[in-house]
Amino acid sequence: MAVLDSIDVGDGPRGPAPYSSVTNPCKLCAPLGAALAFRGLEGAVPFLHGSQGCATYMRRYVISHFREPMDVASSSLGEKDAVYGGGPNLKLGIKNVLEKFQPRLVGVASTCLTETIGDDVPGIIKEFMEELGRLNPDLALPVVVTVSTPSYSGSHADGFHHAVRAVVETLAGTAPPLSASPAVNLMPGLLSPEDIRELKDILQGFGLTAAVVPDISGTLDGPALEDYPLVPQGGTPLALLRSLHGAGATVELGRNLPETGTAGTFLRDAWGVPLYRLGLPVGLRETDRFLEVLSRVSGRPVPERYEEQRGRLVDAYVDGHKVVFGQRAAVFGEEDLVVGITAFLAEIGVQTVLCASGGGRGRLRHAVRDVTADLVPEAPRVLEKADFRAIEEELDRLRPDLLIGHSKGYPAARRLGIPLIRVGFPVHDRFGAQRLLHVGYRGALRLLDQIVNTIFERRQEESPVGYGYL
Amino acid sequence: MTGSIYAERSAQIHRKGEEPFRMVCNKESLAGAVSQRACVFCGSRVVLYPVADALHLVHGPVGCAVYTWDIRGALSSGPELHRLSFTTDLQETDVIFGGEKKLKRALMELIPRHRPQAAFVYATCIVGLIGDDVEGVCRQVSAETGIPVIPVQSEGFKGNKRAGYQAACRALFHLVGTGDTTGIGPLSVNILGDFNLAGEIWIIRRYFESLGLQVVANVTGDGRVGDIRRAHGAALNVVQCSGATLELARMMEEAHGIPYLRVSYVGVEDVADAIYRVAEFFAHRDPGIMDRARRLVRSELEKLLPQLARYREALQGKRAAVYTGGAFKAFSLVKAFRHLGMEVVLVGSQTGTEEDYRELHEITDPGTIIVDDSNPLELSAFIKEKDVDIFVGGVKERPIAHKLGVGFCDHNHERKIPLEGFEGMLHFAEEVYRSVMSPVWRFVPRRLEEPRGVRLQAVRR
Repeated sequence: MAVLDSIDVGDGPRGPAPYSSVTNPCKLCAPLGAALAFRGLEGAVPFLHGSQGCATYMRRYVISHFREPMDVASSSLGEKDAVYGGGPNLKLGIKNVLEKFQPRLVGVASTCLTETIGDDVPGIIKEFMEELGRLNPDLALPVVVTVSTPSYSGSHADGFHHAVRAVVETLAGTAPPLSASPAVNLMPGLLSPEDIRELKDILQGFGLTAAVVPDISGTLDGPALEDYPLVPQGGTPLALLRSLHGAGATVELGRNLPETGTAGTFLRDAWGVPLYRLGLPVGLRETDRFLEVLSRVSGRPVPERYEEQRGRLVDAYVDGHKVVFGQRAAVFGEEDLVVGITAFLAEIGVQTVLCASGGGRGRLRHAVRDVTADLVPEAPRVLEKADFRAIEEELDRLRPDLLIGHSKGYPAARRLGIPLIRVGFPVHDRFGAQRLLHVGYRGALRLLDQIVNTIFERRQEESPVGYGYL
Repeated sequence: MTGSIYAERSAQIHRKGEEPFRMVCNKESLAGAVSQRACVFCGSRVVLYPVADALHLVHGPVGCAVYTWDIRGALSSGPELHRLSFTTDLQETDVIFGGEKKLKRALMELIPRHRPQAAFVYATCIVGLIGDDVEGVCRQVSAETGIPVIPVQSEGFKGNKRAGYQAACRALFHLVGTGDTTGIGPLSVNILGDFNLAGEIWIIRRYFESLGLQVVANVTGDGRVGDIRRAHGAALNVVQCSGATLELARMMEEAHGIPYLRVSYVGVEDVADAIYRVAEFFAHRDPGIMDRARRLVRSELEKLLPQLARYREALQGKRAAVYTGGAFKAFSLVKAFRHLGMEVVLVGSQTGTEEDYRELHEITDPGTIIVDDSNPLELSAFIKEKDVDIFVGGVKERPIAHKLGVGFCDHNHERKIPLEGFEGMLHFAEEVYRSVMSPVWRFVPRRLEEPRGVRLQAVRR
């Protein structure tokens, strides 16, 4: 009955009231997503306005995935701040960050504590910046971006997108458009550093000057250094952020994004930047669509090397088709990645029997249908606002051959004896999570290799013969 | 170095030998300084987490529960309910209209489903603000379900991690004294402040049992509600991790007249000392116990010391930095490193007391930096200044060390290798050795002695 834990958007109207408790959540809280997004901006320090614990817990969580420093400052509120307001500590905290970190940008995300006590964060920051400007007229003031991310509303993915929107709203239009053209804005969503590197490479292949917002490719996957990077190298250059409004187009990735209220829709509505909405380029056809858009935006044909990559991918689809065909998979995690992975699986003949996410934007079923309808005979069961209790009940019933998702699915995988292919965030039990490639033809090829090899490995293990040729 | 230190924090850093000892501590973290500390909730969660047959329900938004889901290596020999993550996942409407009803419904769902021996309900920041009567709900549910349902006053902002330890101790104290003590003899102890990381409490239990002592309750490691309820029947509380559980020991002393001893099971000297002091306590009741203690220590040392020797030889003269949650472990690590021929040049903790730091000051060498509630900025600067070979800390400290090309040993709650007891000392030496002696440091920027690049020479005919 724990299916009731979640809102099953697969079978028509909502059933009885969902359970009150959540067991083994399949989502994180919004401020974490905001902190991740801020980490992908040049010279930025993420800052949480709340208890010290929020920042520390999230740092720990993020560090365990990326194996990189992740300094998140906090206003470290105490009891009296909760009573009299967190303004003074917020100002003190930012002052201290400016003093030692010398950031070019501070990204302030609120938490459940400061939302509930009703701190007016933008107002406090405005006041602070005025005071700072008065006291230090010669100081080059950093940019402070604020975003409202109460932890009781939405998931980390929502916090991430809210933060991206806040950055764009604050910075776009604060400098003249770049002379370099054609320019494009890419809002990639919650992807790995390796994914971002791949996307940047593709953009470059089209000769596009791109603002990738955010760009965690360097900030969360940097080199060994001689000095500790208080503010890591990399991130979306501020100059590009300031001139986002002058781009020829915005490409916003994610099939679960809301109709309005995103960075892309803001740039379209406030600045008239044409907007292309696409899924994450995971698998053949979603990557095709992505390249097609870039081709249109850049006015150039798809570069030869991507045609070659595509050819190799289709070749691999053929080589592996019989191994994977008819395998049954369950996919879980952040909604947009779930859609991307499911799109890819449909292409290779893997039957996705369950798509689940802890997020609850209410679009997952449609998004999954859009990418699979012409390929699969039976639509997967779709669960939003699911916890792992609900997911496991479904898995018990469905008994898939493969699980594809983040590492928090490991207890389920272990209990059921089903291999778990780790994708997305968080991956706390494998090495190299920051280098997982999901996007582009190369990402699809990597995923295919991994799936085929997972099946080979199982066959070898289960075989009494021990075939050395598979 | 002042470039890395906030003026407000300068009194929380001491360099031994440069000035008379003086240390400010146990104060709120400086805003914006990226403290390595967590919050009240964290303190409570750490202490109570290993009670394996209790339901741990986090009353609040999803984050607090999910960030503490099965992240600690506190093992259980039986039930593993503690490894699941339960939360009321409060939503905006709950914040507006109150979360009491949801809390009650959640408990009434989860208790019949999992049949725990008790339930702990953790109050998070938001609960303290919206004014839910958590105690009232717990009382009601306890009456309806017949199990203890205990509120933990762990609102994140109401103090620091230390306050969370105290809230957890108060919660545990609700249980102590409610069970039947039949069958508990006069030679009996409770083990407090050991978290059974990687099975460490089983090592310690074996030591005590080989002395002829009965272990009544493990309390905070492989803990059981039933054992804790009858823990007041034990003759002695043996307390490690003083910050976390001393409060409980004090309450039990006051209410039940049980004395306590403070010990540490980390490092050769300290574990031997723990065994001897516990034995001494019982010597008047059991004259043979001192002999058994000596035999135990001797046989363990005979096994350990020859094995340690080769590590000592390799590690002689290397420099270590130690940054821990509580200070007790720091004392032991300073001594443990000395045993390996190594020097601790930087030592600090998140929640040490003045007394703790004074003790650290006494046992460290001149020049050692002692620091309270530090941050990546300071720690990275100190590591560089002191040219450290290995940093001992937790997950949050690891990237500081690794990014700078410095070895690292995880001595925190995530560890998967037992580092307590005599055999733990051997594992510790192995861990340190495996990091310090790795060839990879030759390639990190900090250690590059030669200019990079392989000299290429054309092959002559």
